[in-house]
Amino acid sequence: MNMETLFDLLLAFAMIWSAWRSLTVTRLDRAIVMFIVFGLLVAIAWVRLSAPDVGLADAAIGAGLSGALLLDAYGVFKRRET
Amino acid sequence: MSSGLIFTNAGVILFAMGIVGIILIRHLLRRILAFNFMGSGVFLVLVGLPQRDGVVDPVPQAMVLTGIVVTVAATALALALLRRYYVLTGKLELPQDDEA
Amino acid sequence: MRRMFVILGATFFVAFLIGSLFELEPAAVSLPTKVADNMAVSGVEHPVTAVLLNFRGYDTLLEIAVLLSALVVILAAGIDTSTEVRPSVDPVVKTLARLVAPVMAMVAIYLLWAGAFRPGGAFQAGAVLGAAAVLLHLSELIAGWKSPKVMLRLGLIGGFLIFLAVAAAMLVHGALLEYPLDWAGDLILLIESGLTISLGLILAGLFLFLTRDDGGRV
Repeated sequence: MNMETLFDLLLAFAMIWSAWRSLTVTRLDRAIVMFIVFGLLVAIAWVRLSAPDVGLADAAIGAGLSGALLLDAYGVFKRRET
Repeated sequence: MSSGLIFTNAGVILFAMGIVGIILIRHLLRRILAFNFMGSGVFLVLVGLPQRDGVVDPVPQAMVLTGIVVTVAATALALALLRRYYVLTGKLELPQDDEA
Repeated sequence: MRRMFVILGATFFVAFLIGSLFELEPAAVSLPTKVADNMAVSGVEHPVTAVLLNFRGYDTLLEIAVLLSALVVILAAGIDTSTEVRPSVDPVVKTLARLVAPVMAMVAIYLLWAGAFRPGGAFQAGAVLGAAAVLLHLSELIAGWKSPKVMLRLGLIGGFLIFLAVAAAMLVHGALLEYPLDWAGDLILLIESGLTISLGLILAGLFLFLTRDDGGRV
């Protein structure tokens, strides 16, 4: 097992772990921040998959704009965390 | 294991986590998060699966590019509807029937 | 009880799918070779841009229509306004935003032009423009959009209309979205420019139409 496979496995594990934490953590703002972390990890995964266009778009739109939208909505519901 | 195959497996696991999240989670904002995880899982499978032998395929990359932009539009729409629902009813979960 | 069923079902699904992934045969049709064979007539040099705007241009046309529909439904869902007083933004953030926004505009134009040769293109450029607009709004240099005026409406639908006009013009000559060989590169650049501006405005609008300020703080 060479270094590239090890890096890919670590990255995949980090993605799944951050997704799991985002869905199960109690505080909602932490869930959204873990979602942004997940988005950045997926952007790195796109680079590993030789898809730099997709990585650019996912970093800007999927992690950045989506995260901003979610945090804005969270600000509306701030007193209602489950 | 090529990197395409590793990320395809990760995409499958993310998709399953997303579906379980949509079915089981009641809080609507978290359901939107789960829906986004499902989408990311599908995109990873779409791009990673043709690469399992090492050849880079540009066609699913273009499809995923389209998909990412449509996903953010769908998320924004879902959030707009959720905010409207919150303003109208003050709740963040859909009304549940009694379940056995 | 229900949770147990759902989680068990999902685990079986994942196990079967991952197991079958290890036994796949190579694909019957090799798409990368088909794309590489037709790159000479596509008008650009980057395969993803060629697929996105030439070989599968119809999908991109429909996608921009879907984005416009989503924006219309967001506007129809209603905007709740509130006049709560929010803490004002640090002047350091404002200065940083003023410095960074023109650089982001330049990066967007570069990405648009570079899409023909390198990774880049209309979607990445539009995303950077949208992010610049959101940054300017969050540092209170741009007010939220309450109701779109004429210029904004033209900008929002302009990309879709340009794309549709090019597609209709090609329909007159031959098939839908089949560019003539020596015009392919220029037509793609024209469509991408329209798409960049429209996409930037739409993505910014997804955020700025939902904002809660009354638009009078700037």
